[in-house]
Amino acid sequence: MSADTTGTTTRTPGVRDGLDTDAARPDGTPKVTGAFAFSSDLYAQQMLWGRTLRSPHAAARIVSIDTSAAEAMPGVAAVLTAPDVPGKATYGLEHADQPVFASDVVRYQGEAVAVVAAEHPELALRAVRAIEVVYAVTAPLTDPEAAIDAPPIHPDGNVFRHLPLRHGDIHATGEVVVEGTYEMGMQDQAFLGPESGLAIPSEDGGVELYMSTQWLHVDRDQVAACLALPAEQVRMTLAGVGGAFGAREDVSLQVHVSLLALRTNRPVKMLYSREESFHGHVHRHPAKMWFRHHADRDGTLVKVEARLVLDGGAYASSSTAVIANAVCFAGGPYRVPNAEIHGYAVRTNNPPCGAMRGFGVVQACFGHEAQMDRLAEALGMDPVELRLHNALRPGDELLTGQVITGTAPVREVIEAAVAHDLPPLPVDGESVMALPGGAGLTAERRDVRRGTGIAVSIKNLMFSEGFDDYSTAGVKLELDPRGRPIATVHCACAEVGQGFVTLAQQITRTALGVEQVLLRNADTQIGSAGSTSASRQTWMSGGAVQLACEAVQERLFERASVRSGVAVEAGRRRHFRMRDGEVVEVDGTFAMSVAELLAEGPIEEIREHHHPATEPLDEDGQGNAHVSFAFAAHRATVDVDPELGLVKVLQVATGQDIGRALNPRAVVGQIEGWIAQGVGLAVMEEILVQDGLIKNPSFTDYLIPTALDMPSVVQTVIEQPEPGAPFGAKGVGEPPTISSTPAVVAAIRAATGRELPRVPVRPQDIALT
Amino acid sequence: MSDHSSPSRPPPSAAQPSVTETYELSVNGRARSVPDAWIGESLLYVLRERLGLPGAKNACEQGECGSCSLYVDGVLLNSCCVLAADAVDADIRTVEGLGDGGHLTDVQQAFLDAGAVQCGFCIPGLIVTVHDLLDRVPDPDELQVREAISGNLCRCTGYGRILQAVEDVKLARLADPEGSS
Repeated sequence: MSADTTGTTTRTPGVRDGLDTDAARPDGTPKVTGAFAFSSDLYAQQMLWGRTLRSPHAAARIVSIDTSAAEAMPGVAAVLTAPDVPGKATYGLEHADQPVFASDVVRYQGEAVAVVAAEHPELALRAVRAIEVVYAVTAPLTDPEAAIDAPPIHPDGNVFRHLPLRHGDIHATGEVVVEGTYEMGMQDQAFLGPESGLAIPSEDGGVELYMSTQWLHVDRDQVAACLALPAEQVRMTLAGVGGAFGAREDVSLQVHVSLLALRTNRPVKMLYSREESFHGHVHRHPAKMWFRHHADRDGTLVKVEARLVLDGGAYASSSTAVIANAVCFAGGPYRVPNAEIHGYAVRTNNPPCGAMRGFGVVQACFGHEAQMDRLAEALGMDPVELRLHNALRPGDELLTGQVITGTAPVREVIEAAVAHDLPPLPVDGESVMALPGGAGLTAERRDVRRGTGIAVSIKNLMFSEGFDDYSTAGVKLELDPRGRPIATVHCACAEVGQGFVTLAQQITRTALGVEQVLLRNADTQIGSAGSTSASRQTWMSGGAVQLACEAVQERLFERASVRSGVAVEAGRRRHFRMRDGEVVEVDGTFAMSVAELLAEGPIEEIREHHHPATEPLDEDGQGNAHVSFAFAAHRATVDVDPELGLVKVLQVATGQDIGRALNPRAVVGQIEGWIAQGVGLAVMEEILVQDGLIKNPSFTDYLIPTALDMPSVVQTVIEQPEPGAPFGAKGVGEPPTISSTPAVVAAIRAATGRELPRVPVRPQDIALT
Repeated sequence: MSDHSSPSRPPPSAAQPSVTETYELSVNGRARSVPDAWIGESLLYVLRERLGLPGAKNACEQGECGSCSLYVDGVLLNSCCVLAADAVDADIRTVEGLGDGGHLTDVQQAFLDAGAVQCGFCIPGLIVTVHDLLDRVPDPDELQVREAISGNLCRCTGYGRILQAVEDVKLARLADPEGSS
């Protein structure tokens, strides 16, 4: 394990389940017994069931809405439409451009038109079906390229953001030039726990909302605005979250369920079906991308040109930030002295798109890595060699002109990925399940071709472009009834499965030397923790817990100085330290147990943690817009049946830059899990949209990898502590999904010789082109 | 943890879809009355919403994800695809009924030790499925394990730590046949 070089953590050796251990999840036992309460498990006496009526059309004018039949049905407590919204009529994560209920037009299939509350979910469904809406269907605008200049389909226009980036000499040319266009389909986060929440009206006229979400405070603010309530009358508590991956960053049912609870004055639960979930959250942006790479004969990159068009669908969500990531990292993890990039995120009548793990970089990486392979071929150079030759190093400049001041072990992650053994060659008597097509018995080994490919990625960590990004944590240290110290951590960070709850305990144990650490529910009774996204919570909320622990420690030292008579002016840390549950004098003999120091009363401190400020991008896309970067390399090996176009991904080998493994076992799980999603995007996952309509809104037709689809994963983590990061750790969740996709596609190209400019790679792309 | 005695929830106060019936289910060895319930309700719904047993999960409700896996008369099933009123007279065993006297089963403990749990939504279904596999096939090879759990979707883990947990239980049971749960 690497040493902590940041010098910001007081390490207390010997504390059980502290940092750098495989500490167990505090929610593990209830999750294996079935007792853990997910948002869909919530229940309240006298609870009603809410249900949404959604537009079946991608584009239409609403001629009339008649709710009278639904209202007259027995067991129906409320039917609400746009005029029933007491406050702001629209909401949105970054731009409030989405109506709570459509009233004049609908702009995508699945847009909410009305909600009902009824005594039984089946009655709610029947009531929804009894609402009569007359639509005048219009032609949907579904081509993102055409949308740029098409008449606006929303008062805010069709272009969410056009971001140009000009770096160095945009007229520079290289001796070797390769060009290509690439396309990515729409991926779904496909978390397993459907959108769900419970709203309970409170006596002060407000609402208590128990919700699975990624960011309690922005939900709260949007709900309060739409309900015309002060923020403090909307009290949100995180309910158990069954996965998130970006899809819970936007509001889904939060406003609707709260409106129903206030109207009926009864608790209301809403729970999306899987089909409704596909319509009820944003997806990964589909992309059309053009790239031209220039290099010298020796492989040195000279310039990257690109035009990236992301389809944001009907409403803005986080499209403006997604396109910024795509543009900023369009060159990949390489030294690129000159660049001209144009990024567009546009509005169409397709399903809205927003955050999904990798956030814009996934799209760009598929393009730039295909280009690197093309360039290697044009140069007659080994693809790994070409990447090593251009790999970013600390001190290098990004396309934005920002200099990397932290760690950048790009060479190391590439070398680690390719150092792993390749998967074993086929053996006689192998199971048919080992072949592409598996139990379908469609392939014979002699026809199967094997290929290997590599891809490398860079991802920004935390929020960029000048956003004041922070988290808040409170730590209370007191004595339990048996006189032993116990710490309680309070933070609004959404635990979505990633393991922040474990990390918060580990940090507190290590910082304060206490074994008993409780976690309060994440809620809005404390300040914001920001979103569980952008690989940011270990750094942001981990850092907030650390600061709060240090503040508590400071108070312990203050008490120790009074008790010991050791006079301290500034910097109590020079005089005292923690050791084995005691506060001891550094250069003296005084020692007193934490328990004794707590006898005079509990200590509680709340701290905010901000990351270093970033800047907005200027009109040329230049500026110090990002905080920190993480890198990963993936080498994929596939078997392909070229006749049927079926692919079996055998192995993904990876090297990943993680700063420091605070819980090594959790790191392994994060990396494996997100390679699974990258493999899914490469060969099977796509929301099929035709004329704006989703053709496959179910797990029958939208396929995610099963245990049989999942390759073996071999991984090496590179631990170079990141300066300025709490504990030196970088977020680990996003990089695995970014370059695993292009690595798999490169492997299929190597096996088949096909161009494969589009993901997911479909059987017909291999067999019929 | 094991919830053999969860209280039934009061029936909804007012209107219900017709047709309703009152019937009895045998869940985790106990007779449970289901009064005045719409006969269109799935076994998954009745367990979760009427009997206070939320361990079986509702990720797809069309038999694709395995999150609602449980035993009906000893057979592993997706409870979303079984009508509750059809399960009268059957012996229903849910994840809540696997543990013995408040202790974790070997499979549950192995999932924790291997780091197989992230968001956890798929985990109760997988726990039941892995019990079913290892009780039927004590020494499965890796492909058999992958096939057996391929009806249980997990979106967080990529299955690596889950496969590790299954391997750990398998080896422990083979080494100590008496000690298995």
